[in-house]
Amino acid sequence: MYKYLLRRMLIMIPVLAGISLVLFTVLALAPGDPFEELATNPNVPPEVRANLRAQFGLDDPIPVRYVRWFTSMVKGDWGFSFVSRINVGTLILQRLPTTLWVLGLAQLLGLLVALPVGIYAAMRPYSLFDQISTTFAFIGFSLPTFFTGILFILFFSIYLDWLPFIYRADISAAGWRWYWENLRQAIMPVAVLGLFQGASMTRFVRSAVLEVIRLDYINTARAKGLSERVTILKHVVRNALIPVVTLVALQIPGVFTGAVITEQIFRVPGIGSLLITSILANDTPVIMAITFVFSFLVVLFNLVADLLYGWLDPRISFR
Amino acid sequence: MTPPDGVVAQTVSRTVAPPRTRGVESLWSEAWRRFRKHHLATFGVAVLIVMVLAVVVGPFVYRVPIDEIDFKAKLKGPSWAHPLGTDDLGQDILARMLYGGRISLAVGVAAMLIAIIAGTVIGATAGQMGGATDHTLMRLTDLFLSLPQLPLLLLLVYLFRDALKKVLGPEAGVFVLVVVVIGGLRWMPVARLVRAQFLSLREKEFVEAARGLGAPPLRQVVRHILPNAVGPVIVAGTIDVGVAILAESSLSFLGLGFPPDIPTWGRILFDAKDNLDFAPHWALFPGTAIFLTVLSINYIGDGLRDALDPRKVLS
Repeated sequence: MYKYLLRRMLIMIPVLAGISLVLFTVLALAPGDPFEELATNPNVPPEVRANLRAQFGLDDPIPVRYVRWFTSMVKGDWGFSFVSRINVGTLILQRLPTTLWVLGLAQLLGLLVALPVGIYAAMRPYSLFDQISTTFAFIGFSLPTFFTGILFILFFSIYLDWLPFIYRADISAAGWRWYWENLRQAIMPVAVLGLFQGASMTRFVRSAVLEVIRLDYINTARAKGLSERVTILKHVVRNALIPVVTLVALQIPGVFTGAVITEQIFRVPGIGSLLITSILANDTPVIMAITFVFSFLVVLFNLVADLLYGWLDPRISFR
Repeated sequence: MTPPDGVVAQTVSRTVAPPRTRGVESLWSEAWRRFRKHHLATFGVAVLIVMVLAVVVGPFVYRVPIDEIDFKAKLKGPSWAHPLGTDDLGQDILARMLYGGRISLAVGVAAMLIAIIAGTVIGATAGQMGGATDHTLMRLTDLFLSLPQLPLLLLLVYLFRDALKKVLGPEAGVFVLVVVVIGGLRWMPVARLVRAQFLSLREKEFVEAARGLGAPPLRQVVRHILPNAVGPVIVAGTIDVGVAILAESSLSFLGLGFPPDIPTWGRILFDAKDNLDFAPHWALFPGTAIFLTVLSINYIGDGLRDALDPRKVLS
């Protein structure tokens, strides 16, 4: 097990190197120059600009620049934000917990909706419940997150005036009230993201359970007198979850898409909204770092999915 | 794995008693018959036809200019003069949606074409060549699958937008960029599908027969394998149109897609989102348009999946 984990983590290194190579090539091929602003500034003589370029190594060949960039990324030196003048690493660490908190709750909500609904629908295929849940699932993953967000704001914040539509990091309350306020402001972003995820997961769960529930060993389990509950939970669901994990893992890059948009709508101070602000402000070091962090998270969650896979299916040996 | 259709029809009519009056159907008429059984998919086709007609013909019938500014009529709800209301500059929302819808739908179709062409070529090459080529191409596919889509999309648009605008003009430049980038990040599932199809079809008897008759590899691929692998690709392509429309709308919604003078549906939502409390209609109409289009496309994809999967018994 630990050997397997170690080997999988070693495989992550070439993947991350590949991703960083893609990102760096994109940046190197892009037109424009980080010192463009200096070029148009009449107060900066051209020699100063040339010196700066030489000092930061912008005139070196691209492979040399890549190696230098990659080694400093690995060492944890991610440079300085052009805009806020603080270390990019610190900036991201400030924002990352919020993003992970909202994303994690949303995934949890998605699973809490998808598992029971999908299983129940598959137990009674083509029943009324199944048809209604299928319709809702289709609506759920056809509704873009930015539109659901707007609808939620219109209904819950403007019409009913129940929930705040701006997420605040600096709530001036203490104790229980602080937790309550935090929970209240997280409801809408988490619901938007979670229901979107839950809709497609419901479809996965339903079709996976349908595949398994017809198999002979399920009949055997029923025939030997196991209760319906045990049959479904221990025999059907556990086996049906294996393909579900794969499909959910394939969706992870899409989850971050939703995260960026929800953070932007509700002004959640996470790394997604930081990415948008940095793009609008041409803050290249921050943009590169956040894109890399997102890629890293994708690779990390794929690893988690792999480990889950082995736990669900003991036939897959960790060697 | 679709067998030539005649085979299925004959075995069916021999083993199952009732004589078939329709005779041997072609693959496509059979598929169409199955497709019509899926009511929601047929409904999706109808909605989509209305949408396409509206954006193609609409601007010729409804001749209100998209950029006529009228401050006296700003932020008005639906009325006879402006069926879907006006925005903060008093511009007619219906006219803007008809014009922007063209671009939203065109982006979806063009990006889908890029994705399935690239995916088919890469998947077919990997499946047919095997060995080191297959291995390299599949690792590349895995690498692309673990790239975070929207952040990368934002990064690419941010880096290349100005350069392409200079070369191709603001409208065409952004269009080409958005389409290429969205399509370029969506080919991986198609490549995997096509490769899997190739691996199994390559060993089938009818391909072996073609090989035995001396068909060169390219002819084997184009005439014998690809036509049989096309079903899942069509389904994936349909769903991809919806995904691409969503991606473009997300990009425009974040204010990083098309410029304000090209009002795609996502862009209208971006402009509308700060006026939700006093002009909700401004956001509701374009949002509903995106939702209905994507919902129809997803239902059509579902119907096609049923229609093109020969293992499924519907009738």
